[in-house]
Amino acid sequence: MSSGSSGSRSSRVPRRGFLAVGAALTAVVTLSACGAKTDAAGSSSDKAAKIDVSGDTVKVGLLNSLSGTMAISEVTVRDSLKLAIDEINASGGVLGKKIKPISEDGASDWPTFAEKAQKLIKEDGVAATFGCWTSASRKAVKPVFEKNKSLLFYPVQYEGLEESPYIFYTGATTNQQIVPALDYLKSKGLKKLYLVGSDYVFPRTANKEIKAYAKANGMTILGEDYAPLGSTEFSTIANKVKASKADAVFNTLNGDSNVAFFKEYKSAGLTAKSMPVVSVSIAEEEVKSIGTQYLAGQLTAWNYYQTTAGAANAKFVKAYKAKYGQDKPTSDPMEAAYTSVYLWKAMVEKAKSFDPEKVKAASDGITFDAPEGKVTVDGASQHVYKTARIGEIGTDGQIKEVWNSGKPVKPDPFLKGYSWASGLS
Amino acid sequence: MNVLKGRSVRAWAGFAGAAVLLFAIAPLALSDFRLGLLAKYLCTAMVAVGICLAWGRGGLLTLGQGVFFGLGGYAMAMHLKIADAGPGNLPDFMQLYGTATELPWWWKPFENPAFALAATVLLPMAVAALLGLFIFRRRVKGAYFAILSQALAAALAIWLIGQQATTGGTNGLTDIQGFFGYSLDDPVNQRMVYFVIAAALLLLMAIARQLINSRYGELLVAVRDSEERVRFLGYDPANVKLVAYVVAAGMAGLAGALFVPAVGIISPALIGIVPSIEFVIGAAVGGRASLVGAVLGAIAVAWAKTALSEEFPAAWTYFQGLLFIVALAFLPGGLASLAVLVRRRKAVERKTAVIPVGEAA
Repeated sequence: MSSGSSGSRSSRVPRRGFLAVGAALTAVVTLSACGAKTDAAGSSSDKAAKIDVSGDTVKVGLLNSLSGTMAISEVTVRDSLKLAIDEINASGGVLGKKIKPISEDGASDWPTFAEKAQKLIKEDGVAATFGCWTSASRKAVKPVFEKNKSLLFYPVQYEGLEESPYIFYTGATTNQQIVPALDYLKSKGLKKLYLVGSDYVFPRTANKEIKAYAKANGMTILGEDYAPLGSTEFSTIANKVKASKADAVFNTLNGDSNVAFFKEYKSAGLTAKSMPVVSVSIAEEEVKSIGTQYLAGQLTAWNYYQTTAGAANAKFVKAYKAKYGQDKPTSDPMEAAYTSVYLWKAMVEKAKSFDPEKVKAASDGITFDAPEGKVTVDGASQHVYKTARIGEIGTDGQIKEVWNSGKPVKPDPFLKGYSWASGLS
Repeated sequence: MNVLKGRSVRAWAGFAGAAVLLFAIAPLALSDFRLGLLAKYLCTAMVAVGICLAWGRGGLLTLGQGVFFGLGGYAMAMHLKIADAGPGNLPDFMQLYGTATELPWWWKPFENPAFALAATVLLPMAVAALLGLFIFRRRVKGAYFAILSQALAAALAIWLIGQQATTGGTNGLTDIQGFFGYSLDDPVNQRMVYFVIAAALLLLMAIARQLINSRYGELLVAVRDSEERVRFLGYDPANVKLVAYVVAAGMAGLAGALFVPAVGIISPALIGIVPSIEFVIGAAVGGRASLVGAVLGAIAVAWAKTALSEEFPAAWTYFQGLLFIVALAFLPGGLASLAVLVRRRKAVERKTAVIPVGEAA
């Protein structure tokens, strides 16, 4: 057809050609003219993001997905962040200033997370930001916080292999969750594993680490399957798992997929007795939505359960239920989020400043009597010492601790203390 | 001839007005952060230019523009990641997730800036040409074409997620530091990126206008309205559609490529089914058959998304949905049909004003 379009009437061609060239020229000329102008104006507008501490409040950002697939989990984190902020404000605030939370919706979309992070830092002038859940959202905002030298407190367990100078990781890294879970399985003689996970960064990286661990510890991995995030088709995977005759399944599925997976698992005739499943992304909130009839007896690995003993946890659970409803459970990421606000407060008070650099410098050794027990910040890695806990899901929807590490485990995000992990990073 | 001249003058005036707005007023009125957002909106507007051509003019419901946007974006981001890593080094995510000690073969050509730049536009165009050749020759149209486009978008996103070691998986390619030697940290350079994007948008609009007003443009509309008649006249509708599809793909590719330095990330989240639909919604709200309408619609929808989500972080999706429903239910031709309505009403008023005078005389 191109012959038809190019063979147009000769009288029209020059004028049109001229128009196109003219348009391009105009664009180029305006472009270069303005480029020069911005260079001149650049020096005056070249200011780093400032923290807004005018008045008697200090702003902090809450960056969570309030819409999209991750909303169901992330809204609970936002709620528990708000609980901590309310408590701190009721007891006088931080450095004499009340905390004013600015909530933004990451919309379960990584580029949106980056946009909203910029907005919080540059437009609102927040002193620190709390939030993010998926590793992909954390990776998307990491450069934003680093470029603007602003702080992010990340409250969710993750796959490790990361240390950003502007992120504090208050959830577990691998050696505080996955490695203890593998140790537990090994101690129980469950040595043939099948890996099932959602298709994204956390499960893929976690499984890489699990395979390295298995190789060094005489365990075998019989299979590895990934389902797209949000997938609900698990009959094939459940049958493969059954046919493999594994001792246990290591489950890194996220979100809704767990509902479908555990239903298929049960219909395939598999039980917690015949082939236990260890999950690392199923907390009290998820237990409620999946249903205890599918989950009773299965194992989870976290650092906190609603049933964790201690006065701090009793107070946290009571306050949360009073604010959001008696039927609302508390979970590990919620607890880590709640703790992160108190840790930031303690750092700021030690530094006597909201300046991120001073807060970072003051972070080492900061402790807090968290609902999970005493946590301590490791200033070098900006991770937190946490106690590892294996739990068994009960018929009442609560998770009962069956094993713990006895004392808080030192965070080791790059698994430097484990010889089997030397090839991982 | 007078009518033609009037239209051309109006186009020039509009073009100049848009240039002043984009190059002089916006940079002065907006903060660095807001200007960065505008750059992002303009990228979606560039995709909308192509959609206006292919869908508005050609009747091809392109529900898979995310594929071409992604190809352009990844081509650009791959080069920038290699450049960031420096010669001989692997990009950061490959060291983290991969086992390879050197660049995969299909990354290697992107080390060359000229190749990468050309690929941002030519790669999507080549893919579209190949695909279009099969689709249009086989006379696949309407809903089937739309479903096929969607399937392709989903497939590419799933493939990218699966290849974590070489594509960054769900994370995509993030943490891009430099843009051909210029640090993206520097607000002055961020502004330059904005100017490049604004210029590119105007350029694409000029190209699209030329195409729409050419004989080819008339043929394209003819194919949209009655493909069989065009065939009887001796033209091959498949070729007519192919050109529009390929041009739209190239425009989406360029938009994706410029999106990368403006936003600093490209990921499967920008490629799959939902973002592909979002591209089309912008053009539909603005008026798909009108170039200015499609562009303004895309900008308005993207802006509304930001503004609504900042104002109502918990409930903004409802407002956005409502906006689409209202716009499409009451203005099926998009916001551009408002202008037509106003013009028609004015013409009617003029007529009714003239009649009494005539009666009196």
